[in-house]
Amino acid sequence: MTKNRDDTDNKALWLKNYWEGRLRDADFTTLSGQEVEPLYTPDHLADFDPDRDLGYPGQYPYTRGVHASMYRGRLWTKRQFAGMGTAEQTNQRFHFLLEKGQTGLSVAFDNPTLYGRDSDHPLSLGEVGKTGVAVDTLADMEIVFDRIPLGDVSTSMTINAPAAWIFAMFLATAEKQGIPFDRIRGTLQNDILKEFIAQKEWIFPPEPHLRLITDLMAFCSEQVPQYNTISISGYHIREAGSTAAQELAFTLADGFTYVEKAVAAGLDVDSFAPRLSFFFNSHLDFFEEIAKLRAARRIWARHLREKYGARNPRSWLCRFHVQTAGCSLTAQQPENNIVRTALEALAAVLGGCQSLHTNSMDEALALPSEKAVEIALRTQQVIAFESGVTNIADPLGGSYFIETLTNRMEEQAEEYFSKLERLGGMVAAIEQGFPQKEITRSAYEYQKAISRGTKYHIGVNHFINEQEKLEIPVLEIDENVEPDQLRRLTEVRRDRDTNAVQLRLEALKKSAAGRDNLIPPLLECVRVYASVGEITDSLIKVFGTYREPPFY
Amino acid sequence: MSGKKIKVVLAKPGLDGHDRGVKVIARSLVEHGMEVVYLGLQQTPEAIVNAAIEEDADVIGLSVLSGSHMTQFKRVRELMLEHGIGDRLLTGGGIIPDKDRDRLVELGIGRLFGPGADIDEIANYIKEWAESRSAGTAET
Repeated sequence: MTKNRDDTDNKALWLKNYWEGRLRDADFTTLSGQEVEPLYTPDHLADFDPDRDLGYPGQYPYTRGVHASMYRGRLWTKRQFAGMGTAEQTNQRFHFLLEKGQTGLSVAFDNPTLYGRDSDHPLSLGEVGKTGVAVDTLADMEIVFDRIPLGDVSTSMTINAPAAWIFAMFLATAEKQGIPFDRIRGTLQNDILKEFIAQKEWIFPPEPHLRLITDLMAFCSEQVPQYNTISISGYHIREAGSTAAQELAFTLADGFTYVEKAVAAGLDVDSFAPRLSFFFNSHLDFFEEIAKLRAARRIWARHLREKYGARNPRSWLCRFHVQTAGCSLTAQQPENNIVRTALEALAAVLGGCQSLHTNSMDEALALPSEKAVEIALRTQQVIAFESGVTNIADPLGGSYFIETLTNRMEEQAEEYFSKLERLGGMVAAIEQGFPQKEITRSAYEYQKAISRGTKYHIGVNHFINEQEKLEIPVLEIDENVEPDQLRRLTEVRRDRDTNAVQLRLEALKKSAAGRDNLIPPLLECVRVYASVGEITDSLIKVFGTYREPPFY
Repeated sequence: MSGKKIKVVLAKPGLDGHDRGVKVIARSLVEHGMEVVYLGLQQTPEAIVNAAIEEDADVIGLSVLSGSHMTQFKRVRELMLEHGIGDRLLTGGGIIPDKDRDRLVELGIGRLFGPGADIDEIANYIKEWAESRSAGTAET
């Protein structure tokens, strides 16, 4: 009791000193605009119950990590995303990476492929092979994976709107190599809701896209059980300007929507939930990001167990990839980006990520140079092997501040879940522009703070180097990529069995109009070399297209 | 004329979903007292110029981060001249190399803003352009 009195006195004294002392005229909120108190004490954690709120690493609710040993057992995977020009160039790069000892591949597609368009579509002009590989038919996929042992490497594919038929081409390629589907490993991004919210690459209205995702989950849980069917992504939501809490809330709400759709289609939650994975951003506000990642694990585990009734502990795990924030990088004084990325990467590691991509310092301007990519990778290695942070699981667990922030993140996410429910669920909310407008509001608030100078972006609004001449390098485009790709597409169309293609596209339309699982008819189409764009057009005839009302 | 709000048509041409910047600018211009019509994503140059005519806009603003700025800005400018609205301001922003920027300015396109541009500076630029335009009209 005496001790308590002393403590109360000490706290009162500290507060008095705090207010009487000198305080800088500065903004003491987080990057997302959250109020931060000058000190956190046990008083902030009055209701804190370590057993209920934290548990142990590898135990429910997984606040402290998804594995018992965390990085003592296995370090995170250093996965750098890359993409290039033609199918042949991509294949060469893959062989090079495998020879260097890399065990996972990550495929970047060009813009037309991401929108489900063929290379000869009018909107594809000038875009073919620019930001990744162009895939029009199975013939391209066969070249991309030529002499790559698909049963031994894990292959991630960053594709969303046409993910089901691109994945069908991938399966057909494995088939030709004689690899059984149950040996194929990797991750498909396949997250259409964040496309409607943030990245804006869709083909149909939301519902038919969701059906394709459910069909793929059902098909894979039976036939491709080792493949992660979806990577539920907050990254793009954050890049579009959301706050940390909005990224957390909208991403997990997207995840819940996929779970609900699959359950409504008759799937057992434990048959697909273990294959769901996540993809988060790591921005500059160090503690806020760590709290966000810890909260993500706890919220996902609680909802999956309590609300959706999952019984398999693997269904409760929020396993995630993290990429450092591209939008935090500046074109001005680009070397400073190395420091920003290092801080963001450290937050991702202290937040317990399973894999990590660190951005290169020149990414605000152009595709990264080799030197910049190497520094980015070395940054991860310094954290992994020199900093000592990997010796211990969840080193910030129990910190008054981190636990308070984690709780607050969870509360804010739950508030958004309630709002979304009142709007009729995530799909209805997207159609009403709710998440889009929330994100734009946050992006605008941030930009105003930058303009006022209360938030800092070094080299942009403070500590500007007046002598610096900002030079944006011109993108170098291999001019042969587009004509080569168009030639191959023409040859494939000439040599294939046109009749079979027509029949199978008709069968696909018929299935789309009904309720059959669409993956088998998609496989039938790609096996006879129907193109990405032909499949898109056939499905548009049944599903229609979608135009977003322009919200701001 | 002097009491009339400045009307701005904003659009994203081509296959480019990066709409964070254009939406922030839309809000900022509204806050600076302008009337903003944001057309949204995947707009063709024809649709943009038609909308500008229909809305009787003073300013067209394009946001291009996909690298196709040369094609898009040039085509919109050509269509503006064809349809007799060459006296309106065509401006915008995105990832646009200096060399390209200079070439576009030579074609009669206004200032183009890059990464890190100040949102108030953009609004002030439009206001100044509108003032000099109405001053010019008053003189003749």
